[in-house]
Amino acid sequence: MKKKLSLLERAAAVPHIVWAVMFIVAPLLFVIYFAFTDSKTGRFSFGNIAALSSYGEIFLVSICFALVATFCCLLIGYPLAFVMSRCKPSTQKLLTVLLMLPMWISLLIRTYSLMTLMENGGLINSLLTAMGLDPIQMVGTGGAVILGMIYDFLPYMVLPIFTSMQKMDPRYLEAAADLGCNSFQTMFRVVLPLTTPGIISGVTMVFVPSISTFYISQKLGGGNFDLIGDTIERQFRYPSTYHVGAAISLVMMILILISIAVMNRFTDEEERGMMV
Amino acid sequence: MNNTLIKLRSIAKSFDGEQVLCGIDLDIHDKEFVTLLGPSGCGKTTTLRIIGGFESPDTGDVFFDGERINELPAHKRHVNTVFQKYALFPHLNVYDNVAFGLRIQKIKEEEIQERVREMLIMTGLKGFETRRPATLSGGQQQRVAIARALINRPRVLLLDEPLGALDLKLRKDMQNELKRIQRETGITFIYVTHDQEEALSMSDTVVVMADGKIQQIGTPTDIYNEPVNAFVADFIGESNILDGAMLADQKARFAGHTFDCVDGGFAKNEPVDIVIRPEDVDVVPIEKGMLSGTVSGVTFKGDYYEIIVDVCGFKWMIETSDYVAPDARIGLYIEPDAIHVMKKSEYSGKFGDYSTFSEEMDHLSDPGEEASEDEEETVTP
Repeated sequence: MKKKLSLLERAAAVPHIVWAVMFIVAPLLFVIYFAFTDSKTGRFSFGNIAALSSYGEIFLVSICFALVATFCCLLIGYPLAFVMSRCKPSTQKLLTVLLMLPMWISLLIRTYSLMTLMENGGLINSLLTAMGLDPIQMVGTGGAVILGMIYDFLPYMVLPIFTSMQKMDPRYLEAAADLGCNSFQTMFRVVLPLTTPGIISGVTMVFVPSISTFYISQKLGGGNFDLIGDTIERQFRYPSTYHVGAAISLVMMILILISIAVMNRFTDEEERGMMV
Repeated sequence: MNNTLIKLRSIAKSFDGEQVLCGIDLDIHDKEFVTLLGPSGCGKTTTLRIIGGFESPDTGDVFFDGERINELPAHKRHVNTVFQKYALFPHLNVYDNVAFGLRIQKIKEEEIQERVREMLIMTGLKGFETRRPATLSGGQQQRVAIARALINRPRVLLLDEPLGALDLKLRKDMQNELKRIQRETGITFIYVTHDQEEALSMSDTVVVMADGKIQQIGTPTDIYNEPVNAFVADFIGESNILDGAMLADQKARFAGHTFDCVDGGFAKNEPVDIVIRPEDVDVVPIEKGMLSGTVSGVTFKGDYYEIIVDVCGFKWMIETSDYVAPDARIGLYIEPDAIHVMKKSEYSGKFGDYSTFSEEMDHLSDPGEEASEDEEETVTP
């Protein structure tokens, strides 16, 4: 009986395993294969990895953009999540739906609409000229790229923080007030440490897509910015540069995995003390 | 017990249209151990939260040391609270939890160290400095909560059912310990509990609450010996509460018999409630009794027997040290000073008859839970 059930269980896992092998494991192996083979001879080589040194600046710029976007998301998202968690349950539901609504629309469409808003002849600039002001060049600036990242990824920051705040017992706030904390001190000494796990997962969920995005920088950066995502995308347009593209992808993947590992370690330590 | 530290004046509070407190007037004196006692939902915790600054009253005033503090936020009040489930900060260890209040006050780290050390010794927590709250037992967490509150040297310590989550043995130990700490520190304690025994054994003053109102304020002996109404008489200890009338001063008539008593000051033939404690009724041979009845139940309680006696349909609870056989006819003798006469109140007739009380019920009900006994007795028609 038990054996039969476990057989059934194994059978149930088969579709997922097939899926994972075809679309996760196999591509990963291809990436590794391409990264370590020479584009002309097809032999094993470190040449692609070595060639990455010329992409150092792109890596640096991408990391900076992603960090700034993540930081801004945190700055906007944290107070928002806090306010949301203080609302009545019905208001909380409404705000959550409003927050998640844009996530149901394709990222590409959202970015595209942001572009039409900010274009030189776009809505904002038409309004400005109608009001007799000078139009502002927005598309093509770094600010526009970062704004795009913030706009697209903000919900990923707010939701995990909001969840961690909802889980926080309001008695901790009372205890803090009882011990003499004003609202500022309560925020920094109690709320912030208790919601760290939410912050960590929010930061991860914004940083990772921000660093690897290519569409946002292409559309809103007006081609002035070359981020890692764009570079990788470009390499994969022509089979001859697959190998370099794979090498960049591999390095970025490793960078992301390391940062996630560091973050998770941080959360684990927090949570060990949080068990109630 | 000299000057009045906290004064509540005609406090009322309602949540979502439901009145939880109504006309609360209360004086709490310096260095006093005051207990707010009552069944769940009586408003005792709300009263405490109003003093702590976590709720504000709809109407009425709160005075602290003569000053009105209605609008003073919790963090500026000279009171500290031991919360019901402790609310220890899970991200801080024991030391940091206890030091929390002092760090907020920006006290020098050397002094903090000294005071935390003292406090941990006083609460028996030496050696637990680096432990996280989650790794402590209920009793230890309780001590941390007390230490965390007391280290701020508040004028008043508020305790919201602090021992509710502990087992009986630990609860007894902590009762003694809290009493000791209160004596040593001379801090005013306001203690909320639904456990009448806890209230009687620890307090200087007991405030009995029910239905959002204060029923009686007094010393534990006053509350026990001179309950003002049927609710208090029933809630504090066991009572036989009979319907009666005062024929004249020192003459009460109930259970079809006229008794001498010590109370007076009622109108002639005024209907009253009569309280007689189970331990104040003597079992005597039937011919010597003032009343006679049939034993309908006997329960051995260790140092005494608890017997239920049917006297003309009214079931009395009597505690006696001598065994009485079930179904025996016995006489009951009551000393005049054992008869306590109370004015009729809204609680008259609701409590104090043991007709639904049987041995089975006794087993079913948790002896520590006063509330469950109330439920059984209110079923009485």
